[in-house]
Amino acid sequence: MRRPALAPLCPALAPLCLALALLWLAPAFTGDASASQPPRASLTGIERQVMCVTCKIPLNVAESPQADRERAFIRELIDGGLDEAQIKHALVGQYGSTVLALPPASGFDLTVYLVPAAVVAALAALLATLLVRWRRRGEGPAEAAEEAPPLSASDASRLEADLSRFD
Amino acid sequence: MKRRILPVIAALAGAGLVALLIYGVSHQAASRTLDERVASGHYPPAPNAATELPILGGDGKSSLAALRGKVVVLNFWASWCRPCEQEAPLLQRTQARLHQMDGTVLGVADLDNTPDSRRFVRHYHLSYPNLRDTTGEFAHFYGTDQLPESFVIDRRGRIVAISRGEIDESFLNHALALARSA
Repeated sequence: MRRPALAPLCPALAPLCLALALLWLAPAFTGDASASQPPRASLTGIERQVMCVTCKIPLNVAESPQADRERAFIRELIDGGLDEAQIKHALVGQYGSTVLALPPASGFDLTVYLVPAAVVAALAALLATLLVRWRRRGEGPAEAAEEAPPLSASDASRLEADLSRFD
Repeated sequence: MKRRILPVIAALAGAGLVALLIYGVSHQAASRTLDERVASGHYPPAPNAATELPILGGDGKSSLAALRGKVVVLNFWASWCRPCEQEAPLLQRTQARLHQMDGTVLGVADLDNTPDSRRFVRHYHLSYPNLRDTTGEFAHFYGTDQLPESFVIDRRGRIVAISRGEIDESFLNHALALARSA
């Protein structure tokens, strides 16, 4: 039985693999609780995910007194130690679900998700149909030649005579 | 027949998208139907008066309908809005006047966070009840698209005067006289 070509490398790579595995598992062994906790929320991260509720534009591009109040409110929540999900939950409690840039997938808001998917599906179907038609059109003349009506006896004999002159 | 199916489906899909767009735009736009009816003297009933909203600075909910039989100055405001700050002392003075005639100012904090709204109420010593419109839907029924806006409602629950913008003494005197006589 032949040994695999990479087999001689295994003893050399083993310490490296072990070291990488230990590095990966280190937080679990050291009891580092922060590794299992969600990352600390940031204002810029949340700004991208929520709306200025009166100006109806994303908070990260909104410049208005309402937007400033929303930012201040988010900062207070971040300082209070809340994570991103908790902050978004608190924002919904204060301003309703319209504060979220991506609304919940229920009720009329479901159209936000369904319409783009339906448009993409419709375009894909249209493209597929057009491709099939285009291919058929490409094959068209050959089929037409195959299905051409048979020649009459006089035309056939004339064609034979013409062809024999080229032989 | 088969060749016609694709254009028909495409046309239907296009029409559906246009209908969706029209619905979205009309749903977002503020209605001025109330203003037209008030201007013509056909005082409309206050829309969605039974909608229950959370009480600012308290537990539970309340509604405009709970004040039926009283003259009500319904005022939409937000703590970040400068004209709302300007008119707050006038509204508080009006509350004192209305209290004597069994009426009230009813504030509705529109899309404003609770801590800021509470600070606003404390700062201007507002003694009238305030509710929170956390989704903006209640304000939407009144065609509210700028703050502050005020609606004077008579004892029968009809809107007799509208101010889209900061109110002043003369508007209130005229509107309250209308509400009492209506």
